Amino acid sequence: MESSQADINREIEAAAQQPGGPQPKIDYAPYRSSILRHPKQPAHLIDPEAVELWAPVFGHRDVADDEADLTIQHAGTPLGERIVVTGRVLDGDGRPVADQLVEVWQANAAGRYRHQRDQHPAPHDPNFTGVGRMLTGPDGTYRFQTIKPGPYPWRNHVNAWRPAHIHFSIFGTDFTQRLVTQMYFPGDPLFPLDPIYQSITDPKARELLIAQYDHDVTTPEWSTGYRWDIVLTGTHRTPLESDTEEEAA
Amino acid sequence: MSAVPGQTVGPFFHLGLEYDGMNELVPPGHPRALRLHGHVYDGAGAPVPDAVIEIWQADPQGHIPRQPGSLRRDGWTFTGWGRAATGPDGHYQFTTLEPGATEPGKAPFFAVTVFARGLLDRLFTRAYLPDDPDLLANDTLLESVAPDRRATLIARRVPDGAVFDIRLQGDDETVFLTYPRLRDAWA
Repeated sequence: MESSQADINREIEAAAQQPGGPQPKIDYAPYRSSILRHPKQPAHLIDPEAVELWAPVFGHRDVADDEADLTIQHAGTPLGERIVVTGRVLDGDGRPVADQLVEVWQANAAGRYRHQRDQHPAPHDPNFTGVGRMLTGPDGTYRFQTIKPGPYPWRNHVNAWRPAHIHFSIFGTDFTQRLVTQMYFPGDPLFPLDPIYQSITDPKARELLIAQYDHDVTTPEWSTGYRWDIVLTGTHRTPLESDTEEEAA
Repeated sequence: MSAVPGQTVGPFFHLGLEYDGMNELVPPGHPRALRLHGHVYDGAGAPVPDAVIEIWQADPQGHIPRQPGSLRRDGWTFTGWGRAATGPDGHYQFTTLEPGATEPGKAPFFAVTVFARGLLDRLFTRAYLPDDPDLLANDTLLESVAPDRRATLIARRVPDGAVFDIRLQGDDETVFLTYPRLRDAWA
């Protein structure tokens, strides 16, 4: 039998009684697709070695500047609320992650992904693909222009809707910092109802996924602005080691 | 500082993460190309058709690549990094080179990251090359894993390359890894 939103809300509430720390609980039944797709054995703790102490290198050969503008990829202008999203990628010790790849993808303003599997009967926008790439600057800053995505329905339970979000894929300075996550918008009424967002049972931790409206990023007569800083876990390589190894390489 | 939590890659990752040549670290016709491939399975043994696998590896001489170009490959530069999505049958594949030992006496491995719809956070593991039993027997990680689970970390040689299957859950669940600074993020 399909679950109702009330069923899911009860499960979310029950799971919140046993807080699971600042990362998502991978064993989180309210998100139905997770049931058979999470490991049940605890992760095995090791000290990273060799390639695990390094991250792949990306550069201007990989990413063109205009890939950071999701509003200019077609002949016309996409429909919806034009926004700029910016922030800094930092490691767990507050150091900027410079010259590193950030990938983003999202639904259009109507809540529709340009993807065969998205059957939500909302309109596609011929002027919006919803994909961007960029490199962080020397101080870890990333910035892209896009259209604010809409919320969309999914089939986790009856009348399930995802809060509006942008998917982010981020690399750090070592392999262990790899992160794929979702950025949300402030004040979304769907937050309490969404099992993916609520899989992070620590309220302070999940709020780290919400961008802040920033009027200093907003530009006159053009677009509104959001700021979202992305703190990764700590690097396992000290700067001294990296300098030495880089010279030896 | 508190690390930003992960979230699932979702069902529509192809849109944002796929690009031409992403799983070809070397061109398929390369004389030393290795086909590294396998299936991803869920806890019921069903294939997972919407997973993303990333590999990161040393070159055959054991050097860790420091070259850009993984997104726009030139056919000559070995960047050591690639990405593959599973197909409808849960199968993924890479065309790459065999990683070398980064230090004498170390067992060569691929560092592997796993994402999927239904998987709320990424998973890390390693795929070791199976060829040298002495190196594997003395490997720090493998020694620390229960003997009956070690095989989940070792690729199998087959006539067309090396096979590394990933089981997200169940009796033969792959050993997934965590690292000290990730544990800090849980403190």
